[in-house]
Amino acid sequence: MALLSVQGISVSIGALCPLEGVTFDIDKGEILGLVGESGSGKSLTAMCVMGLLPRIGGTITKGSIAFDGRELIGLPEIELRRLRGKRIALISQNPMTSLDPIIRIGAQIDQVSILHLGLSAEAAKARSLDLIAQLRIPEPAAIHRAYPHQLSGGMKQRIVIAMALAADPDLIVADEPTTALDVTIQAQIIQIMVELVRDRGLALMLITHDMGVVAQACDRVVVLYAGRVAEMNAIGEIFAEPKHPYTRELICCIPRLGQKPGSLKGIPGVVPSIVDYPDGCRFNPRCSNAQALCRDRAPALEPKSSGLAACHFSEV
Amino acid sequence: MTAFAPIRTAIRSPRGGVSAAVLVLVVACALFAPLIAPYAYDIQNLPGANTEPGAAHWMGTDEFGRDLMSRIIYGARTSLSVAVTAISISVAAGLTLGAMAGYFGGWFDRAVTAVVDLTWSFPEILIALILIAIIGPGLESTMVAISIAYLAQFTRLTRAQIMALKNETYVEATTNLGAGHFHIIFRHLLPNALTPVIVAGMLATGDAIILEATLGFFGLGAQPPTPSWGAMMSSGTAQIFIAPWIIIFPGLAIAITVISINLFGDALIEALDIRNRLRSV
Amino acid sequence: MDASVPRDDSLVTMTDLTREFSSGGGFMKPRRTMRAVNDVSLDVPRGKVTGVVGESGCGKSTLARLVLRLLEATEGTVIFDGKNLATQSQAEMRKLRRQMQMVFQDPYSAIDPRYTIRRALLEPFQVQGEAKTAAEARATVDELISMVGLSPRIMDSFPHQLSGGQKQRVGIARALALRPSFLVLDEPTASLDVSIQAQIVDLLEALKEELGLTYLFISHDLSLVRYFCDRVVVMYLGRVMEILPGAETQPRHHYAHALLDSNFEPDPTRRKIVTMLGGEIPSPFAKIPGCAFAARCPAASDACRRERPPLTNLGDGHMIACHNPMD
Repeated sequence: MALLSVQGISVSIGALCPLEGVTFDIDKGEILGLVGESGSGKSLTAMCVMGLLPRIGGTITKGSIAFDGRELIGLPEIELRRLRGKRIALISQNPMTSLDPIIRIGAQIDQVSILHLGLSAEAAKARSLDLIAQLRIPEPAAIHRAYPHQLSGGMKQRIVIAMALAADPDLIVADEPTTALDVTIQAQIIQIMVELVRDRGLALMLITHDMGVVAQACDRVVVLYAGRVAEMNAIGEIFAEPKHPYTRELICCIPRLGQKPGSLKGIPGVVPSIVDYPDGCRFNPRCSNAQALCRDRAPALEPKSSGLAACHFSEV
Repeated sequence: MTAFAPIRTAIRSPRGGVSAAVLVLVVACALFAPLIAPYAYDIQNLPGANTEPGAAHWMGTDEFGRDLMSRIIYGARTSLSVAVTAISISVAAGLTLGAMAGYFGGWFDRAVTAVVDLTWSFPEILIALILIAIIGPGLESTMVAISIAYLAQFTRLTRAQIMALKNETYVEATTNLGAGHFHIIFRHLLPNALTPVIVAGMLATGDAIILEATLGFFGLGAQPPTPSWGAMMSSGTAQIFIAPWIIIFPGLAIAITVISINLFGDALIEALDIRNRLRSV
Repeated sequence: MDASVPRDDSLVTMTDLTREFSSGGGFMKPRRTMRAVNDVSLDVPRGKVTGVVGESGCGKSTLARLVLRLLEATEGTVIFDGKNLATQSQAEMRKLRRQMQMVFQDPYSAIDPRYTIRRALLEPFQVQGEAKTAAEARATVDELISMVGLSPRIMDSFPHQLSGGQKQRVGIARALALRPSFLVLDEPTASLDVSIQAQIVDLLEALKEELGLTYLFISHDLSLVRYFCDRVVVMYLGRVMEILPGAETQPRHHYAHALLDSNFEPDPTRRKIVTMLGGEIPSPFAKIPGCAFAARCPAASDACRRERPPLTNLGDGHMIACHNPMD
């Protein structure tokens, strides 16, 4: 049984319905990529898993989220809080939202293992120093004493990862963890994060818009488009044989080494806005294969030759 | 057009609607005083002095037997015209100074900021009193004093807006098209900075009415027999135990007008969603 | 310093360009200066796309603004089409600006929120004192809008009613209004969605062919720069590290190599093992006597820390500033 199983969740915020029938699961030891452009609902999906939806006034209207066999929807806040941090940890895009600017770095990491693992202050400090070193931060002891503002953005994000690991969670939800960072720093952090997650057999849900990062790090991929799952498949198949036209075209949006000039076209049209989603398949106005059926009826997420895709006309 | 939409929204909110109605009434009194007032404001009737409020004189009469309600209606004219004129001058000057200082920076900015910070650290009343002490009492001096007293506020606010706006990409883009400073300031920066400054000006009009009344109370504002709410309250102090209405009704007029201005301004700030931009001072 | 391309070929020539910024210098605070652009000499060949790539703080955006004299250089010169920009009067500069335009990174704030698209597109002519009749104005706006692939229906919209991609198209149309020959593209796709980024790059490629434009393309995305540009200039901390004459040239500077190495291909069969660079990007205020990359470079020697390597030609216009280049 999967560690996290999300089945057909729909979300409403006021009159809007930003997520519809989102389905995926993550096994232990697996890195799942959640890919999409702005408005695809990828961050919202993370909030559902973390049980943070009520904070932005959203509700899950349908579906189920089971973590380690336990239904999360309808769980009282106090139980959710016990899960968050302890068994499910979050790494957000902006490290400053996770770090308290007036508390020393060390104390913030120590706190996590004192709180969730019941360690003594000394044991917690030893553990924090060890984690900082594992994130390949030079001079762990000096960093342990530093305040967040004394560190660069890349260092801060590493500290946030150390904090996420401190409680020995089973699942880490990382929402665009490297988007705000420079490319050389991004590459290093992705590398370190993937190594640590693999070594410990943790599950990682990696939310990103960057197909390069997905190709580098993930085992399986869920592609979201305008609040619905377009496709879900193993990493090799997603890139070699995409079943949804959106996936195929999204991959072609990134120039490859040696690609001929004039061959990068992009996907025509605009990313649809939540206030006027098209009828039928939401990708139909931008799809080169769209038929009358695509405009009339939304395709269901169905098994294809491999994986799942929501397309009336996927060839295989 | 879209410019009136926030005003409409403000009027639709409960406090905005009530305060707008009161303000319309006060402005109507000021504009049509001769038509509305039951008596002339300066006709004395010594035998009928200090008459209690009643059927003939709804708010009673003052120590010279003049009808209090008529004087309050005419007083709205004085208060509003002084406050509105003074604040308009102040806003116009503040916009110019603040825009120049914020846009050009350098020594001009440092000089303006120094003077503005200096006046900012004194209460408005003190600045107004000092100025009147120099130029002498009267309606015009009151206007000048009030406009200078509030100048710092509008200069600071405009400067802060301009400093934030001048870093917007469209300013750089337009500069790169070959636009000069004049074009940038008048076509882009000021139009975008205007709204919060005008709303701040509106709110300050309420304070200016109080300042005008205070100066009037000290006898430094409008000179007799021109009716002014502040001067009326001042003369009421002598009669406070015999004829308390002489001080109560002008006081109420001031309070109701100022509260309405503040409530309406607040509703407008909400409708425009500019609370943050006003706080930047 | 010798140049990679004969100078007569180039539309823009930068020589020893330096720009300093200072901060602090208040009460009890020492004044600190940083060199955002540090002694850069570079040519932009006519009709070609020159790419400048680097991470935050490398000075690429400052360089873009120096080239257009939106910022004054502390030292050095910019020659545009034979004219030294620093010596142009305001009126001459205004006329020159018709020739050199810019597309900005943030389309969301590149148009005045109070302007309709029509008014924003006519502003370049207004600014240049070019009067237009109503019919001419309509024709001009129509032409500009269709040139960037937008529908005329958006003409009376306000910027906030458009998507990011549409706004960036308006930004490009505005930059092209005065028929410039030279366009500085400052991360024109960085704040757009992936599927829209590629559209914009496609549009820029087509416009370049159609109008015979010369581009200076500023970006942090090496894969995009390698795809789009004829020449690639790699910058780090205000300095030019390496100039690659073509997209296929393998970088030999350790920093350029690390940058390439950090770029994940959208292909799971070509996963990388990222070389870990030691240390952090130094503070821009730090005075670095040697190579700017020495603190993080795996091949740094004493000479690298002591002495700044000059930009030298390896042949075929491949230039590198490194004491110990890679093989």
